[in-house]
Amino acid sequence: MIEVKNLCKSFGEKAVLDNISAKFLKGQTNLIIGQSGSGKTVLLKSIVGLLDITSGEIWYDTLRFDQLNFKEKKAVRRQIGMLFQGSALFDFATVEQNVMFPLEMFSEMNEAECRERANFCLKRVNILNSNDLFPSEISGGMQKRVAIARAIALNPKYLFCDEPNSGLDPRTSILIDNLIQEITEEYQMTTIINTHDMNSVMEIGSNIIFIYEGQKWWEGNKDEIIHADNKELNDFVFASQMARTLKKYVTK
Amino acid sequence: MIRRALDLIGQYFILMRKVFVKPDKMKIFLKQVWSEMEKLGLTSIAIVAIISFFMGAVITLQTALNFTNPLLPKYYIGLVARDSILLEFSSTMVALILAGKVGSNIASEIGSMRITEQIDAMEIMGVNSANYLILPKVIASVLFNPFLTILSMFIGIFGGGFIVAVTQVIRPADFIQGIQIFFIPFYVTYGIVKMVVFSFIITTIPAFYGYYARGGSLDVGRSSTNSIVASSIFILLFNLILTQLMLI
Ligand SMILES: Nc1ncnc2c1ncn2[C@@H]1O[C@H](COP(=O)(O)OP(=O)(O)O)[C@@H](O)[C@H]1O
Ligand SMILES: [Mg+2]
Repeated sequence: MIEVKNLCKSFGEKAVLDNISAKFLKGQTNLIIGQSGSGKTVLLKSIVGLLDITSGEIWYDTLRFDQLNFKEKKAVRRQIGMLFQGSALFDFATVEQNVMFPLEMFSEMNEAECRERANFCLKRVNILNSNDLFPSEISGGMQKRVAIARAIALNPKYLFCDEPNSGLDPRTSILIDNLIQEITEEYQMTTIINTHDMNSVMEIGSNIIFIYEGQKWWEGNKDEIIHADNKELNDFVFASQMARTLKKYVTK
Repeated sequence: MIRRALDLIGQYFILMRKVFVKPDKMKIFLKQVWSEMEKLGLTSIAIVAIISFFMGAVITLQTALNFTNPLLPKYYIGLVARDSILLEFSSTMVALILAGKVGSNIASEIGSMRITEQIDAMEIMGVNSANYLILPKVIASVLFNPFLTILSMFIGIFGGGFIVAVTQVIRPADFIQGIQIFFIPFYVTYGIVKMVVFSFIITTIPAFYGYYARGGSLDVGRSSTNSIVASSIFILLFNLILTQLMLI
């Protein structure tokens, strides 16, 4: 479980996150939703420590993360897998080398064992026969899946995904969503996903936090979100004609 | 303005403190140094050779043309050309050329890794990204570039000899005597020491600009240009300092 308490983050004068408290449970997909620019990425990067927070607390299970020193944070990070918005695969390395990278850096395995584990992870995300290709040579959806394989290579306890669907078609998006959900349940990870994709919300929204102008505006799950009567939330969730029509049918 | 400069210098040294630590895995580090030597060093041999040949020839011609005092022996032309190449050309000029070639390569490579979050991805894994990405480049250049300097010295003097043979501005025998007479071996050491310092400058400064790049690909391009300007200025500055320290 991950918990944030009264988290605030500002850049200079500009407050981006304002007093956010939330719990993210183990073995389920926790979603952070909100408009572009609402502070989702900043929240995620604050939780993993890529950004220093202005005030508040961050707890990884029983460990207060934000007060650890650099070395102690590094130890926690070995248990974190993260999926970035643009995949962030290393373009100097092939698909296989990308997944082997954390293994070679941090495990005591020899090269053959690293390769075996990498191929196991690649198979888990359905990437076959692409080991020697470079990231620029595979499609966006495949890049995301390779990035997932790299993120889970070291069996992390915590998984963070920043807009895993950005730039993907709806069908591929759902495949990626389901993959993340399956892996989360299979390995009982604490998973936090940033998204502004309503399909994801309806598909895997076990626990949803809606961020509006840097504040936590609403919290619930995918069944509750349909009946929610929060104006900003509804403006965001039911932005399209199709979504509004759907809501009318469901709530009637 | 001054404040901003001080901020930058402070930030540079903070980065260097992250760079100069023991690598996580020695085996991987050595492999990286090897491949950086190939990428940054071997690929520079051709351009260094071509430029040294032509500049050696031009330096010799210019010296000969400006050498009007009939009382001085003609072999002085060879001597002056040789010392210009050993003292300045093969270190300072070659470093300026490498600043353009190697510097832009380093700044844009690291800068694009920054804006595509590849550096964040490394940090999240717990890798010291500054150490992993920058140290191999610095070590590879500091070890390899002195060989480029030595190569440039030989080819530069050869270029001078070639132009003398073709144009006969002086008798080839005079030139050959000139490049051998009053030879001070320390000049070679001096050139090499300078190149070691310059190699440090032309790898760390572009790496610094790339590492703190933000925005889009345009910004990466801009920081790459800025890094070359900054490296060149520091090369010239340190050239002055080292000359003062070592020759006077
Ligand atoms: N390093 C930074 N410095 C200053 N402002 C930032 C920085 N990173 C993000 N911001 C600002 O924080 C706000 C939230 O950004 P972000 O978290 O990326 O939004 P999103 O919800 O789309 O992921 C934006 O207004 C952005 O300009
Ligand atoms: Mg974002």
